Amino acid sequence: MSSDVLLQIEGLHATAAGNEILRGLSLTIRAGEVHAVMGPNGSGKSTLANVLAGRPSVEVTAGKVLYGGRNLVEMAPEERAREGIFLAFQYPVEIPGVTNMYFLKAALNAVRKHRGLEELDAMDFLALARQRMKLVEMDEKMMSRAINEGFSGGEKKRNEVLQMAILEPRLAILDETDSGLDIDALKIVSQGVNSLRSPERSMIVITHYQRLLEYIVPDYVHVLAGGRIVRSGGKELALELEEHGYAWVEDEAKAP
Amino acid sequence: MSTSPGIIEELARREYKYGFVTDIEADSVPPGLDEDVIRLISAKKNEPDFMLDWRLKAYRHWLTLEEPGWPNVRYAPIDYQAIVYYSAPKQQKTLESLDQVDPKLLETYEKLGIPLGEQKRLTGVAVDAVFDSVSVATTFREELSKKGILFCSFSDAVKEHPELIRRYLGSVVPYADNKHAALNSAVFTDGSFVYVPKGVRCPMELSTYFRINAANTGQFERTLIIADEGSYVSYLEGCTAPQRDENQLHAAVVELVALERAEIKYSTVQNWYPGDAEGRGGIYNFVTKRGKCAGRASKISWTQVETGSAITWKYPSCILVGDDSVGEFYSVALTANCQQADTGTKMIHIGKNTRSTIVSKGISTGRGQNAYRGQVRIQKGADGARNHSQCDSLLIGDKCGAHTFPYLEVLNPTATVEHEATTSKIGEDQLFYCQQRGISAEDAVSMIVNGFCKQVLKELPMEFAVEAQKLLGVSLEGSVG
Repeated sequence: MSSDVLLQIEGLHATAAGNEILRGLSLTIRAGEVHAVMGPNGSGKSTLANVLAGRPSVEVTAGKVLYGGRNLVEMAPEERAREGIFLAFQYPVEIPGVTNMYFLKAALNAVRKHRGLEELDAMDFLALARQRMKLVEMDEKMMSRAINEGFSGGEKKRNEVLQMAILEPRLAILDETDSGLDIDALKIVSQGVNSLRSPERSMIVITHYQRLLEYIVPDYVHVLAGGRIVRSGGKELALELEEHGYAWVEDEAKAP
Repeated sequence: MSTSPGIIEELARREYKYGFVTDIEADSVPPGLDEDVIRLISAKKNEPDFMLDWRLKAYRHWLTLEEPGWPNVRYAPIDYQAIVYYSAPKQQKTLESLDQVDPKLLETYEKLGIPLGEQKRLTGVAVDAVFDSVSVATTFREELSKKGILFCSFSDAVKEHPELIRRYLGSVVPYADNKHAALNSAVFTDGSFVYVPKGVRCPMELSTYFRINAANTGQFERTLIIADEGSYVSYLEGCTAPQRDENQLHAAVVELVALERAEIKYSTVQNWYPGDAEGRGGIYNFVTKRGKCAGRASKISWTQVETGSAITWKYPSCILVGDDSVGEFYSVALTANCQQADTGTKMIHIGKNTRSTIVSKGISTGRGQNAYRGQVRIQKGADGARNHSQCDSLLIGDKCGAHTFPYLEVLNPTATVEHEATTSKIGEDQLFYCQQRGISAEDAVSMIVNGFCKQVLKELPMEFAVEAQKLLGVSLEGSVG
């Protein structure tokens, strides 16, 4: 495992809608590592994802977040994306009238332009998209449909992973990608994600359940409670949680 | 929530790119309106007596009419005596060719992206260019006339084809129709005339480009399009005006007549000066547009993209007289800053099995107010008539408004009438989703708006769809860095 630190979070505090959600969270991720972040509802998992992606409604009040050595908090959301941060949304948004194809091509070209690469034309893009669609077993027809409009829950999540496959991020954050998926869809999505694992790509896999981690096996598992990481360990920690529930870690969080 | 209203506000700010003034000597009459001014206009145009009589009747009727009070727009009373009713660039009496058109005028249209030189025929669009009160050039006249298609300025048509004018002028929009139409009938100075003979499919897009240049001048043009049996024509109008602090009145009338199995497709990209961010200046766009599907199985289709004007008041309508005739209305209206729009359509079903479709997309941003007003009337004899209406509104920011006023009158029990309406907001979620994929906020808004309008934009002829898309982008252009 490489020792290059990609993301370093120290003493992070963040508020959403006036409530303090993250209260001193610290986490270090190196290139190529897959970290699972687990925790009960309301523990701050999605807020962490939103802080990293730069959602305007979440405010960082203290602490620091360094991404590739740069202060992430100062970067605009689109700049973070172009620098390789990708968030697979828990609730992907619908945009009527804008086709998946058009959207993804615009996104890829924005990212490529930023990285000093030539923009892809429609033909080259289609060839790339076709190849990546196989990873998530997606029908080509989905490309000409409006983004997420009328997609089933499983189709939306697959579409998120497809976008990730096309944009090739350095840090992928999967926010409860397993929620709302049946077992077959879960397998397909997980296969897609696994095929994207590489020594250069780090991932944060946020989930409530251990089930997803049977398919996407993490290097580290962290338990979030009360806005802080209260426990870290290897993949076996997930099994422990499955057995004991979240109550015991929540008790730890309340301790001074 | 925190930062995004700021972004959206920036995006709503807009720059008008056509606000320049052409410095050209004009032949204008003094401001004010009475019968003498009307006689003067008619004399300047060497009109036959029937035209003057019609104008005077319209004027006398106009005096008795009240300004329409029902639209959802506000403006100070118009001082009709302060308006100049005739202003024309000075030029040689009769033009033999484009070479004789004042180079300044050619330059103006060039600057607006409307080349009048016929060597630029690649575009495949014939243009009638109207500058203030008169038509300055019409391209491709000869080529069209080989097919028997008449495409000329209204003034020429009055002189060259008086029988057609007598027969059809006021046949769809009578001078007594409403206050603005009556004023137009009394003082209209020019416009375009099209006649497509039986069985002819017009081989190119016909287009009129309206430009207001002179200050304190009203523009009153009139367009008449007649499609004879089994013919087809696609027509587009565009318009711009200089940036001025005063409001200027544009009161036009468009009449379309489609005979048996004829089809007219009429598209508008309206970009009159909208006024500044504080609501100073801008065009009052008070327009009466109506088409009559006179013959069996005829079809009239209106497509409009309205992004300009301080106030827009227009309802391109279809009177479906012929059995099996079809009326369509596709509209995008965008109001930014302090713009107000009250626009929609009327579909009057008279013949049997007549069908109509209405798709209206309203976009409001800044302090813009956007109202859709539509009437669907199914007359007693309109057995099997069908209408489908869809009105969608998109709000950007929280100081703008969207309103929908549908009027349905169904007098025949066999009719089917459907109305759907939605209102949505470009949310922080949509913007953030795009940004998270690397797309800038500005591009994201433009993408979302264009997606919202897609159903309408696809109805425009290809070249103009691209123009309209750009225009919507420009109208929302901001300074997000």
